[in-house]
Amino acid sequence: MERTAVRRRLTWQAGTVTEIREETATARTIVLDLPDWPGHLAGQHLDVRLTAPDGYRASRSYSIASAWTGSTIELTVEQVPDGEVSPYLVDVLKVGDPLEVRGPVGGWFVWRPDSAGPIQLIGGGSGVVPLMAMLREHAHASSTAPARLLYSVRRPTSVIYAADLKKLAMSDDVDLTFVYTREAPPGEPRVGRVDAELLAAKAFAPTDDLTTYVCGPTPFVEAVADLLVAAGHDPARVRTERFGPTGGPR
Amino acid sequence: MGIVSPGFTGRRRSGTELPPGQYLTRDFPVLSAGPTPHIQPEHWEFSIATESGEVHKWDWPAFLKLPAEEITRDIHCVTRWSKLESEWKGVSLDTLFADVETSADFVMAHSYGGYTTNLPLDDLLDGQAWIAYEFEGDPLGAEHGGPARLLVPHLYFWKSAKWVRGLVLSDAEDLGFWETAGYHEYGDPWKEQRYAGD
Repeated sequence: MERTAVRRRLTWQAGTVTEIREETATARTIVLDLPDWPGHLAGQHLDVRLTAPDGYRASRSYSIASAWTGSTIELTVEQVPDGEVSPYLVDVLKVGDPLEVRGPVGGWFVWRPDSAGPIQLIGGGSGVVPLMAMLREHAHASSTAPARLLYSVRRPTSVIYAADLKKLAMSDDVDLTFVYTREAPPGEPRVGRVDAELLAAKAFAPTDDLTTYVCGPTPFVEAVADLLVAAGHDPARVRTERFGPTGGPR
Repeated sequence: MGIVSPGFTGRRRSGTELPPGQYLTRDFPVLSAGPTPHIQPEHWEFSIATESGEVHKWDWPAFLKLPAEEITRDIHCVTRWSKLESEWKGVSLDTLFADVETSADFVMAHSYGGYTTNLPLDDLLDGQAWIAYEFEGDPLGAEHGGPARLLVPHLYFWKSAKWVRGLVLSDAEDLGFWETAGYHEYGDPWKEQRYAGD
């Protein structure tokens, strides 16, 4: 596997929430003004730390949703049922509040605008967040690398970044396919999962310079990555990020 | 103490048995950088290469003939979940190192699929590490590193390389996959050594 060299000390820094956008019934985007942010690569994540008045702390990692443009950063947080930090970020945090973060972290699941070759993004649910950062970086850098996003969601109301994605899909360099697993919008007959047939029709075929990024719940990523390898993709060119339990027996 | 998060009270679900910043899970989350390698046991081979180039090798039948141990340990992932009293079966690295002559201080673990992680040799010996092939009574599933993974429970779990295929001994410390990508070179959960410089 290719190596990256990012080694420096990460310190906690306080940002201020400047804007909050509802994305779906359970997800929202938090815009943070972070004066000391060192910048990040599309696909990296950061740690958020919450502190109660008595000093009790809880931290979690979140993907960064925005490209680094030198001003603010955006996080999109999906509420995890029975979670400890995400319910606060989704229900309690408001504009003007401080928020402590540390990052950026991760040097593997990243896309750099100077990388050669097409990019295939495949996201399930809130797994679209780091992929959106890549698409935004792609647009920000005016990259002409062909890019495709396959986005698997339960139903139209589950789509995060619906308006932004629509705008990006108008670019000649970005191709967007939604896969609805429970309920499709009118005029879109297919309801089902990402399978070999769909990948053959909508995703880039394997090439030597194609990089594929897959992010989502573990069973989704396992299934999609296995399909890609079976379709002839070099495992070393398929980068994955998983979250949540396996979904198998415990 | 830093800033207070307005309106945050916290759930305090962490017991005192957990390292700082960890929370308890009953699931077994999966984290991997690429597709899951599916290695058939008949194609699996494990080796230890010393700093002088001597190589010790075991194929699956030879590996299964080695004395195995039942191991019950807490495990801690750098992404903050911890699992208490997880049950494993595997071969102690003390057994695998019995005939290995080395004065090296450092080890790079190599996996099928290309993953690597670095550890001090001292952290693998004296009953601290195993090559595990069963989890909670069942053969270790591919997504969790089956047929066999390194198990070093006292360090963050990214050190417990899945799909392990060999250890390479060295006098000098090199950095592995996540360590090169910004994670701590040692990774002690009790000291919260998550990222480089912690």
